[in-house]
Amino acid sequence: MKSSHAPGQMLVVDDNRVNRLLLTRALQQHGHRVSNAENGRIAMEMLRSERFDVLLLDIDMPEMNGFEVLEALLVDSNLRDIPVVMTSASDELDRVVKCIEMGADDYLVKPLNPILLRARVNASLEKKRLRDEQRKLFHTFATPEVAEQLLREGFTLGGKFVTASVMFADIRSFTSISENQNPADTIEMLNEYFALMFDAITSHHGTVNQMEGDGFMAIFGAPVQLENHHRHAVHAALEMIELLKVFNEQRAVRKKSELQVGIGIATGSVIAGFTGTEHRATYTCVGDAVNVAARIENHTKVSGRPILIDQSTSEGLSEDVKIEILGPVMFKGKKQPVQIFAVSK
Amino acid sequence: MSVIDRATFDELKEISGEDFINELIDTFLEDAPKLIEEMKVALDMNNADTFRRAAHSMKSNAATFGAGQLSALAKELEMLGRENKLLETAGKLRALEDAFVPVHDELRNLKS
Repeated sequence: MKSSHAPGQMLVVDDNRVNRLLLTRALQQHGHRVSNAENGRIAMEMLRSERFDVLLLDIDMPEMNGFEVLEALLVDSNLRDIPVVMTSASDELDRVVKCIEMGADDYLVKPLNPILLRARVNASLEKKRLRDEQRKLFHTFATPEVAEQLLREGFTLGGKFVTASVMFADIRSFTSISENQNPADTIEMLNEYFALMFDAITSHHGTVNQMEGDGFMAIFGAPVQLENHHRHAVHAALEMIELLKVFNEQRAVRKKSELQVGIGIATGSVIAGFTGTEHRATYTCVGDAVNVAARIENHTKVSGRPILIDQSTSEGLSEDVKIEILGPVMFKGKKQPVQIFAVSK
Repeated sequence: MSVIDRATFDELKEISGEDFINELIDTFLEDAPKLIEEMKVALDMNNADTFRRAAHSMKSNAATFGAGQLSALAKELEMLGRENKLLETAGKLRALEDAFVPVHDELRNLKS
């Protein structure tokens, strides 16, 4: 069966009983599950308490008309994604145009044409399926707020230059830790560790966009613009270290080895964008700041300090953050030495 | 003479499904007299909006069943209601009531 013909949950809204019954039965014939409402107010109540894939909406209704329903849907982030097909008489197409401008996806003229009904409903279901997938995709790598903003503003696969702070974090001596405990313990440890670290990052408006083994990369200031992204990145790093302290205390009670982490942050212009295909995309950052952040993180092994940052990240940090200049370091692939700073609370 | 366009009616049967067409006819035949009554009351009360809405439903339902003349009359009444010219509707409302009789009879015979 083609995915576009999979049954969906439909809501038919029409004050006219004949129209309501006809649309309900017609959609049921196509295998869909159908509920109906006789005006916009009842429809909104149902939309807020049940999940629907497609809304078939009449315009002229008592209590709350089609225009008012469209307005209410637009401001509700939970309902904005539901495709709306207007059902209208052939002599009110001027009002249909207004509905499309207000966010309706498509329209059907009454009396209904069976072929058009099937085609429009299937197209809307497919649209809903893609929007659901996109929403799921966004939520796997971004905070709910970022995901919502991306859904609202849309995204393109093309990249752009943005100024952002890039963070790399890695567990020190992970190999020797994992060699000294059983695999199940290692996975459990990693999952607990990631949950804590990601929590610190998202609570400071960062986005984790890459994971590899025991390490990960996070971005502050992209995909959604963020003022003072370098401050947020540093505060996220400080919180990560604090959370790790608690995590290690709990592990010590259970006689488990402690984890040490290295964090590197660099700030600058990066090229950010979605790479991949429509089915599998990730949000990627490339550029000098990304390379520098990775090198700085690696340098924590040498310096013995858990959080290291570059010059741009160190500028204009709040006063409760202690900054210590460690001096210039030459990195592989860089012509100029990089000023490194250690950060602590 | 037929007052129901058979092509429209057959298409309707296709959309609703054979089993359901009777239920749909019953619903229309039940609702249409109510809509006519609503229009009469609205006319007495000089309530143009209620009049317009009832005429609009009548227009839509008649068109759904292929009752072209009935739908056209309802549309004229809807327009007069929209323009707040209820005084001009009385004669047309009687014509609509008359036009419904053969539609009612023919649809009842079309029930399977």
